[in-house]
Amino acid sequence: MSCFLTNSSVGKKLVMSITGCFLVLFILFHMSMNLAMLFSPAAYDAICEFLGANWYALAATVVLAAGVAVHFIYAFILTVDNYRARGKQRYQVTVQEKGVSWASKNMLVLGVIVILGLGLHLIHFWSKMQLVEIMGHHASVVGGYEVGATQGAALMMITFSKWYNVVLYIVWFAAIWFHLTHGVWSMFQTAGFANDTWYPRLKCLANIVATLIFLGFAVVAVYCFLTSTPQLIESLLIA
Amino acid sequence: MNFKLKIWRQRDAKSQGAFETYEVKNISADTSFLEMMDILNNDLIHAGKEPVAFDHDCREGICGMCSMHINGHAHGPSQAVTTCQMYMRKFEDGSTITIEPWRSAAFPVIRDLVVDRSAYDKILQAGGFISVRTNSVPDGNAIPIPKADADESMDAAACVGCGACAATCKNGSAMLFVAARVSSLAKLPQGKVEGARRAKSMVAKMDELGFGNCTNTGACQAQCPKSISIAHIARLNREFLAAKLQD
Repeated sequence: MSCFLTNSSVGKKLVMSITGCFLVLFILFHMSMNLAMLFSPAAYDAICEFLGANWYALAATVVLAAGVAVHFIYAFILTVDNYRARGKQRYQVTVQEKGVSWASKNMLVLGVIVILGLGLHLIHFWSKMQLVEIMGHHASVVGGYEVGATQGAALMMITFSKWYNVVLYIVWFAAIWFHLTHGVWSMFQTAGFANDTWYPRLKCLANIVATLIFLGFAVVAVYCFLTSTPQLIESLLIA
Repeated sequence: MNFKLKIWRQRDAKSQGAFETYEVKNISADTSFLEMMDILNNDLIHAGKEPVAFDHDCREGICGMCSMHINGHAHGPSQAVTTCQMYMRKFEDGSTITIEPWRSAAFPVIRDLVVDRSAYDKILQAGGFISVRTNSVPDGNAIPIPKADADESMDAAACVGCGACAATCKNGSAMLFVAARVSSLAKLPQGKVEGARRAKSMVAKMDELGFGNCTNTGACQAQCPKSISIAHIARLNREFLAAKLQD
């Protein structure tokens, strides 16, 4: 096998495909978890408690972080390769070719937006939840409230009570939507599981997955924005 | 018809090139693009100027020699044809046509619109063949081949190796060309024998020559004069990965 995953173009792309697949599955799981918020904040807090600083959650976090890091580092390596391969002299006139999606040509830009959003998300939530527990604390102060490390529902209500956070997250979800409309079918193509019969099906699947993820996350953020009141936050913190 | 032509002029591989503008007049709508270029060159020669160098050979759309990037399209705005098979009726009278050479690090410009595409030959030499003993001609029907497989192989074999795929690709990737060559042989029993070695050595040569990595935009199949499908790239990926996993 030598190291075709690091020294051949198709091997490097396979790494992008596998890590991408793993990240899509994680995002689907995360989205399903968030939906609990719509039905029962208590159920959402129970999930947060289950996924605290336990050994299994920590192990999963490390694997997840590794997945993100590998996907991102490989994206940069491949992009630098591609930039070189394109040559210094560029075309003066270019067109958008028929059937070529905008997202497919802007995956790195979209990926950078996704990573920036992820940074914001980690500051908003992870640093107030799992990180607090890892540091041996139990609570942190957010927006004037003392929020426990497993009080995810209250934290979400506080964060999304601010309109600008909702807007930032929607922009982030939109970047993820564009990234996945190309990424999901592309991972099948790279792994070799595609043909002319399956392209329309795979592209349809990619649109469905991307849209489900967008709507699943966006609906929770908007729901929190619309229902969040200081009284509700207080009652969630007492619970 | 009259046209203004904005053409890339470059003396040789080492010189700095630039666009120059020319005018061609009284061109019949049924003139082919290369004939229009011939008329321009005739005018330039009569005016004592250097004619524009461009690649061409069969002018029947089968050799893959013509290679211009016209108004942002490899082989021009017509679908599924090479430059030589495109006619001036495709363009608006009085319009400006921008003509550039293929732009890809692996295809350096030699002069004007002519680029060095020997990188594709090197990839072919790395494995785009089958090894057979030269003997008496075997019976063509001795090995039964399903019609669907033969058709798919022929579709891939339609590739003329013109370089439009790598020239169009934003990543300068030659995957569609390599995939077409690997796929046309992989679908036939004669080609399967060396399938694993072929996929590995052609991909290795492609990487070595500095072509980029495919990101599945599909721009290559949109601009390919032979409409080669990216489904062949999926097959190349399968062939290559299966071969590597067996190592």
